[in-house]
Amino acid sequence: MKFSQKPLKRIRISTVMDHLVLILGALFMLVPMLMVLQLASVPDVEIIQRGPSLHIGDQLDDNFIKAMFEASGFSGENTGLSMLMNSFILGIGFAIGKIVLGMMAAYAIVYFRLRFATLAFWAIFTTLLLPLEVRILPSYEIVQSLGMLNTYQGLIVPLIASATATFFFRQFFMSVPEELVEAARIDGAGPVKFFVDILVPLSRTMIAAMFIIMFVYGWNQYLWPTMITTDEDMYTLVRGIKQIIQVFEGTNLPEYGRGNLLAMIAVIPPVLIVVFFQSWFVKGLTESDK
Amino acid sequence: MKRALFSNIWLPVALLLPQLAIIAVFFYWPAGYAVQSSFYLQDPFGFGSSFVGLGNYQNLFRNSEYLKIANFTVWFTAIVTFFSLAIALVLAVKADRVIRGAKTYRTLLMWVYAVAPPVAGFIAVIMFNQSWGPLTEFFALFGYRFQVGVNFNDTAFAMILTSIWKQVPVNFIFFLSGLQSIPRSVREAALIDNRSASGRFWTVTFPLLAPTGFFLLIINITYALFDTFGIVDTVVKGEPGNNPMTLVYKVYVDGFRGNDLGGSSAQSVVLMALVLALTFVQFRLVERRIHYT
Repeated sequence: MKFSQKPLKRIRISTVMDHLVLILGALFMLVPMLMVLQLASVPDVEIIQRGPSLHIGDQLDDNFIKAMFEASGFSGENTGLSMLMNSFILGIGFAIGKIVLGMMAAYAIVYFRLRFATLAFWAIFTTLLLPLEVRILPSYEIVQSLGMLNTYQGLIVPLIASATATFFFRQFFMSVPEELVEAARIDGAGPVKFFVDILVPLSRTMIAAMFIIMFVYGWNQYLWPTMITTDEDMYTLVRGIKQIIQVFEGTNLPEYGRGNLLAMIAVIPPVLIVVFFQSWFVKGLTESDK
Repeated sequence: MKRALFSNIWLPVALLLPQLAIIAVFFYWPAGYAVQSSFYLQDPFGFGSSFVGLGNYQNLFRNSEYLKIANFTVWFTAIVTFFSLAIALVLAVKADRVIRGAKTYRTLLMWVYAVAPPVAGFIAVIMFNQSWGPLTEFFALFGYRFQVGVNFNDTAFAMILTSIWKQVPVNFIFFLSGLQSIPRSVREAALIDNRSASGRFWTVTFPLLAPTGFFLLIINITYALFDTFGIVDTVVKGEPGNNPMTLVYKVYVDGFRGNDLGGSSAQSVVLMALVLALTFVQFRLVERRIHYT
């Protein structure tokens, strides 16, 4: 009896330890965000007097209406709603642009015999090496000279100038069995028909995974929108965050509730997408590793 | 490359053209422009510029402020990388082992991936609020007056903590998927060979995770160098002053606020060289020494 009980007990203790560590980790991740939620639910005066507490107030809906529909406060003329819309335009526009261009280029590279294929390949994949941040100022000057400041094109297109999606789809296309192309050719399908009727449907999961990753990436852009958008009605939520902090600093009775609520809104859409489409997202992320 | 290929000539060109055009205008042009203007001194009032050769670079490496920022960036990168990898590895090993609630833990540990860096910085500003921030109050328990935005080290601590918080989920996702790809047979063999869990971890799991780890090392260094911009900018509230900052933030401050195009471009080129060197290390030195299964 004694002999068989001992290992059993040891296993149980280590399992408890595992759970304890995981719970601590989960709290480390979760508590800051719960604090933001709590601060968005109480009156501003209470925040100034007590700071964050365990008290859940009843101001969430009031703050939500103020944050979404009332202009003024943090930045003159824009409302949370217009920032939310700009964030969606940036996230979706960026994701679609990347996927469409990436699939087209990857298709050309993998499935065609091209004389300058190697050159095009290297020209495209060199872009993986240098992030936008290291060429931010010249990029700004070029966008400015093209008259694209404060436009959606100026916001989205320069961000697309990197080959992550192309690389990802190239890897995937290479793993598609070659017999498919042969079969399609025997059936008389041309390259366009093959692409539209066979390759795109085959890539559905990959497209979904890429869309999630790119949407989150685009939504969360900060430096580029900060430089390129100076009109407040072009602000995205993430870009507007700095304004909120600066207004906090400068006023006697800062609108903490409203600011925290806007921070919540800036976080909720990408988090929901990542959580709900978790398996696609994880697959896309871990398979795209260079 | 595929054996069965289509042989059209114009279709692939048309397919490649949009991508190549965007890359040419928004990648090669600005990158070249940065290299070029790093050799020129721009008149601060916008009246032309003069060729100064390597002058901007010499000024850079003689500038004690720049060297101080470079030094801070190295420390910042090392600490953020080490802790976000270590914490994520521990959590991934545990999450791989538990059976109950495994899915819930996974979700709770990875959702922060989707939080934008400046929002993370916003949370830090609240956490470290001078008069009622919970972390300021926590440090006050030990009699320490924590002052983000005033005290250099305190501000650096807030930046580092926030950057780790934001990066743990990415590492966790990669480590967990690396752990889950270790074959069952290997795990069972290890179980027979080595009774102690920590022994098994260091002799079997850890070496098998090495490729993931080295890949993540480069990813994390790049993250700490570039993607933390939003955290740095929000934690210092857009007022660099005497606060700690990273090299990328310095490029932005000098170029965009200080209008020093030449100096800022020279800094960009230095960063470009750094990234290229990292990539080189990734491909050449590191990958050769690791076993892949």
